[in-house]
Amino acid sequence: MPGKLKVKIVAGRHLPVMDRASDLTDAFVEVKFGNTTFKTDVYLKSLNPQWNSEWFKFEVDDEDLQDEPLQITVLDHDTYSANDAIGKVYIDIDPLLYSEAATVISGWFPIYDTIHGIRGEINVVVKVDLFNDLNRFRQSSCGVKFFCTTSIPKCYRAVVIHGFVEELVVNEDPEYQWIDRIRTPRASNEARQRLISLMSGELQRKIGLKVLEMRGNAVVGYLQCFDLEGESGLVVRAIGTACTLDKLSSPATFLPACNSPSKEMKESPFNEDPNPNPHSSGPSTPLKNQTYSFSPSKSYSRQSSSSDTDLSLTPKTGMGSGSAGKEGGPFKALLRQQTQSALEQRGGSPHRFCRRREFPFLTLTAFPPGLLVHVGGVVSARSVKLLDRIHNPAFVGIMGNTRSYKLLDWNSFNSDEPETRDAWWAEIRQEIKSHAKALGCHAVVGYSESTSICEEVCILSASGTAAVLSPRFLQEGTVDGSLEQRVEENLPVGCGFCHIPYDELNMPFPAHLTHCYNCRKQKVPDVLFTTIDLPTDAVVIGKGCLIQARLCRLKKKAQAEANATAISNLLPFMEYEVHTQLMNKLKLKGMNALFGLRIQITVGENMLMGLASATGVYLAALPMPGGIQIAGKTPSDGSYEQHISHMQKKINDTIAKNKELYEINPPEVSEEIIGSPIPEPRQRSRLLRSQSESSDEVTELDLSHGKKDAFVLEIDDTDAMEDVHSLLTDVPPPSGFYSCNTEIMPGINNWTSEIQMFTSVRVVRLSSLNLTNQALNKNFNGLCENLLKSLYFKLRSMTPCCLCHVNFTVSLPEDELIQVTVTAVAITFDKNQALQTTKAHAEKSLQRASTDNEELLQFPLELCSDSVPSHAFPAAKEHPESASSNSGTPAAQRATSVDYSSFADRCSSWIELIKLKAQTIRRGSIKTTVTVEKASPMGDGNFRNRSAPPCAGSTVGVVKMTPLSFIPGAKITKYLGIINMFFIRETTSLREEGGVSGFLHTFIAEVFAMVRAHVAALGGNAVVSYIMKQCVFMENPSKNQAQCLINVSGDAVVFVRESDLEVMSTQQPAVNCQPTCTGEVTT
Amino acid sequence: MTSELDIFVGNTTLIDEDVYRLWLDGYSVNDAVALRVRSGILEQTGATAGVLQSDTMDHYRTFHMLERLLHAPPKLLHQLIFQIPPSRQALLIERYYTFDEAFVREVLGKKLSKGTKKDLDDISTKTGITLKSCRRQFDNFKRVFKVVEEMRGSLVDNIQQHFLLSDRLARDYAAIVFFANNRFETGKKKLQYLSFGDFAFCAELMIQNWTLGAVGEAPTDPDSQMDDMDVDLDKEFLQDLKELKVLVADKDLLDLHKSLVCTALRGKLSVFSEMETNFKNLSRGLVNVAAKLTHNKDVRDLFVDLVEKFVEPCRSDHWPLSDVRLFLNQYSVSVHSLDGFRHQTLWDRYMGTLRGCLLRLYHD
Repeated sequence: MPGKLKVKIVAGRHLPVMDRASDLTDAFVEVKFGNTTFKTDVYLKSLNPQWNSEWFKFEVDDEDLQDEPLQITVLDHDTYSANDAIGKVYIDIDPLLYSEAATVISGWFPIYDTIHGIRGEINVVVKVDLFNDLNRFRQSSCGVKFFCTTSIPKCYRAVVIHGFVEELVVNEDPEYQWIDRIRTPRASNEARQRLISLMSGELQRKIGLKVLEMRGNAVVGYLQCFDLEGESGLVVRAIGTACTLDKLSSPATFLPACNSPSKEMKESPFNEDPNPNPHSSGPSTPLKNQTYSFSPSKSYSRQSSSSDTDLSLTPKTGMGSGSAGKEGGPFKALLRQQTQSALEQRGGSPHRFCRRREFPFLTLTAFPPGLLVHVGGVVSARSVKLLDRIHNPAFVGIMGNTRSYKLLDWNSFNSDEPETRDAWWAEIRQEIKSHAKALGCHAVVGYSESTSICEEVCILSASGTAAVLSPRFLQEGTVDGSLEQRVEENLPVGCGFCHIPYDELNMPFPAHLTHCYNCRKQKVPDVLFTTIDLPTDAVVIGKGCLIQARLCRLKKKAQAEANATAISNLLPFMEYEVHTQLMNKLKLKGMNALFGLRIQITVGENMLMGLASATGVYLAALPMPGGIQIAGKTPSDGSYEQHISHMQKKINDTIAKNKELYEINPPEVSEEIIGSPIPEPRQRSRLLRSQSESSDEVTELDLSHGKKDAFVLEIDDTDAMEDVHSLLTDVPPPSGFYSCNTEIMPGINNWTSEIQMFTSVRVVRLSSLNLTNQALNKNFNGLCENLLKSLYFKLRSMTPCCLCHVNFTVSLPEDELIQVTVTAVAITFDKNQALQTTKAHAEKSLQRASTDNEELLQFPLELCSDSVPSHAFPAAKEHPESASSNSGTPAAQRATSVDYSSFADRCSSWIELIKLKAQTIRRGSIKTTVTVEKASPMGDGNFRNRSAPPCAGSTVGVVKMTPLSFIPGAKITKYLGIINMFFIRETTSLREEGGVSGFLHTFIAEVFAMVRAHVAALGGNAVVSYIMKQCVFMENPSKNQAQCLINVSGDAVVFVRESDLEVMSTQQPAVNCQPTCTGEVTT
Repeated sequence: MTSELDIFVGNTTLIDEDVYRLWLDGYSVNDAVALRVRSGILEQTGATAGVLQSDTMDHYRTFHMLERLLHAPPKLLHQLIFQIPPSRQALLIERYYTFDEAFVREVLGKKLSKGTKKDLDDISTKTGITLKSCRRQFDNFKRVFKVVEEMRGSLVDNIQQHFLLSDRLARDYAAIVFFANNRFETGKKKLQYLSFGDFAFCAELMIQNWTLGAVGEAPTDPDSQMDDMDVDLDKEFLQDLKELKVLVADKDLLDLHKSLVCTALRGKLSVFSEMETNFKNLSRGLVNVAAKLTHNKDVRDLFVDLVEKFVEPCRSDHWPLSDVRLFLNQYSVSVHSLDGFRHQTLWDRYMGTLRGCLLRLYHD
């Protein structure tokens, strides 16, 4: 009996009226864990019941503790009929299972009902007593910590990074069971919520076991996803990076280790294969490798996945360019040989990493200093699959309340079935691995997987960045032992990762290499695409910006195999187009590298959508990007020529404008110094455009837009014209705004503490059925651009600010519907400081390092001294344009007491314009102060003593949420555990709830509230690495119905303001870092 | 391409004060968008009309969701759905309960019933305030009234505690509740020159001095618990006021009073002769008002009477305010020198308040 779970139900408040006659409720609570249920007494006639129950004790296996959620149901007692459910609370007790996290869960939880939403709150206390488990064959993995954060969490140090862990659990979807026809929607939704909660618990436990097997103690970059496959079932899958983490007890001890990360860097390209380029012909595409394998059914799958035929569909994508400089080549090759032999000599210890782990993947996007040696480029693979009913007889008909509902994963149950989800993913991962190998890289970082499902077709996608890692962290044993034979001396700061990992003489693709503009020693490609965050030591010129490629392709409606084939055929074109767009836009911005690239392909009934987001930057190490050249096809007509030159001018102007906007002014470097041929700027070679109708061209697709400096766009038809136009229609964000989809904005480093996380959802209905690709593209473009514009407008009071981690998700819920969901965080920054820092590069990289990343947060005391944001935020004064109408927000948020008269002065300036009625400017309230401390002493005079209005004493603490792994201006002192929640909301009175917008708005607000409540109950005050993984919305307006499923996750943390930290450290080495969040105003 | 759904949800609920004001003022989304466009916001921000429309819709939806909570402000503080900084919460509440002067003058002293609610159409037309805004304000009055009407203890405290209003606004609401409960007539043409502030001032004085709560201790008589401490006038006090009648009924007393006042004020008033000639009329007016307060009907007409019997005669003789003040002071004080008069405390309780009220009411 390894664990005792104790639960106490304290009280409820704001309950709904369940008895119309008395306008009151007779509430009681059922507490259920596993098969055991306890009940409280009925608290008669109250909307704020005080149960104050005894401790309900559950004695359970720790396996169950990990899998099962604690289920609390609030009911209304009814003497004559069945008791009515008010709502439920599911509490994941996992955070209580590891020693360092939370010790108690205690607080107010919203009572949630899948039909009515939040209905009041309940105060619950939960504790767990764990006994020592001596069973060696245990099934539980208590103690393994999970983090959503895709970097080493702030208060930990990575001892060893073990590698990739993955697991997958399959079940039938309760929504599609026969019983669903006879049960209520509520029962069905609850069954689903409970099932998914169970499945994710189990999944986490299994992953934990794998980690223990690898002798790790934590999973970082844990990403869990659901595939709602409909009829064929429900898949819960997760990937992560197993690590051994050390808690940093005293930050100061690690100071020396981080002083000069560059010196410890080692280049050790340890490949499994001495020849880094095994497939020189087929799928060996440089920076983006794609595979489209289509397996219509079990029988074909083997062939298609491994055959070369489908690989031949693969377009060659390339970022590099043809003219490979020969200088330095032999030297490098020599080095490589030496390395190889050296590696072999010492028993191939790095190989161990590769061999032991089937897939050398890391889900991390930011790395401890020295880990990332080289970056090869983006590798990706996609595969189209037909979904089959998950054959799993054990589940039929036992979905009730019985205990028998142990989940089995697909593999163990159907080990003889070749066509499993596991195999599908294994296939794709294999593909990725070989692509990485082709790039001369032994590892893939920033790795992620996703699916898009429409009816019975499913696109599986995986992508990552091929990289060479230093073995330092990857194996157990000494960090600085004798393992390293060769240390590349003086690896320059900030450019090492740009240097090509592949062999220059034996390049996997035609690339255009030049000497690194930073160190002048190694070769670099002309453009770099990656899925990771910008390394902290990277030298960047100017600021970064969000770059998106958007694309729609119509597709005929088809069934099953025909459908899958059609999709497979379309995919290469989409990839190509998306890639071209990204490239064009990058050049238009005058930048040369993309970080955080995420390409999402969504499949719908009659179309495919592609959306790629990335953050463009100018890396100082890479060559200056060439411009874009427009070429007309038939240079006969004079006016046409004129038109072309007009366009050309516009493009050139845009590039110039962008360079100014993003402050890209690289130092001029003369050719001689670089010593590599700078290609003729006028050299034109035509780029093959993909024509959708001629499929034979596919094989000739050449995505390596190399071979020339200036990028040539050929305008040979209206389509192309449109494309050029759309390039120019992308509006830059209004002044004061920046945006990026990475953790931090390159070039901005002086964040102030105000943050605002938000989710925005838009669904548009396409107007007509006979749409063209072109119109579709335009619509989609417009949708995304408008969405961004709306965000800028809404957040205008926060300027200057940056939208970070902008995450777009596209789905096609129905025939003519496009749904776009955006989650991001707006962070304010100090404008003045930003301007200063961009001037000096060296200084900048230092400061950057101090603000952003993990290793430096190991010594926060140093940190706060130089990066505490000066709060001299130029509120309204410096921005007169915003002062009149919208300055209220920052001012009000900063001030603890709000003087209404100042509001009135500022706001009324325009209000007066529009208000013709003078009398509506009212007396009275205008002149008062809000805080009572101020108001009551004065002016009370002969009045009787007044109690202060409880305004100031709000009991609800502020919980910040952010998709980033850090909180600006604060230090994370404790990780409390992972938050992973799944909710379903359904309504049969859509109109009454304010239509689809009202329904979803409320639901998302409720989801935020439930996340915050759980974090607060754990004792935390923020969620970092927050992500909304799924937001599936379905409506049926004619029936007045709608349903929505949302899955969110993140890490619950405790943070302390750096300013408070300073105070504390001067007073005493306070152990109890109580967050002071009541006065906080943001997010 | 039509937008089916368009939402924005922040972890901290975004509140745009300008849009809030438009919403409170009862404008429809389209009107609000038009007004915002006219304010020049598009030029300032470079946004499009579509963006503005979407933004306004979003805010309206948020406000609509918040409205339920604003009906019981403590709920807004404890709810978990919207994360709003305390200062913003206070602003939301304060603004929601803030009312228009023009509107409050129309309903002050009226019964807050369905009947009055039906008249809101007319009030809206008359005042130019949208019907929606009128409804909100009326419902606010009624809601506050319902909650505090039966409550014991300080009216202002009760309002503040249950609605978390600022001190100022809570006092205004106390006046509104007090007026609604006692149904003081404020709508007569004669009274049109008075502002809500004038009435609120008087209400405050009356609550302090003329109600049960003003006596200072809770009445021991169990029956009197039926009376609310602050909302109802002290019935016993009103009954006793009849005793003051002797001041005008007894001719000697009246003459003595007059001579005392005249002696004291001779040479100090610019309108001395007018005062001298009018003294008896004025005194009769003031005392008769007191004597009549036993009847509910006359209580309702208190302000009409005060204006008719005192303010108007003085105004027609062009008394400056300073003279009115001197006169009223002397008029009240001189009674203490009347040996035959035994109701000095009663007189002070009555006249102290009345003097304050009259001075406030005396203007153009």
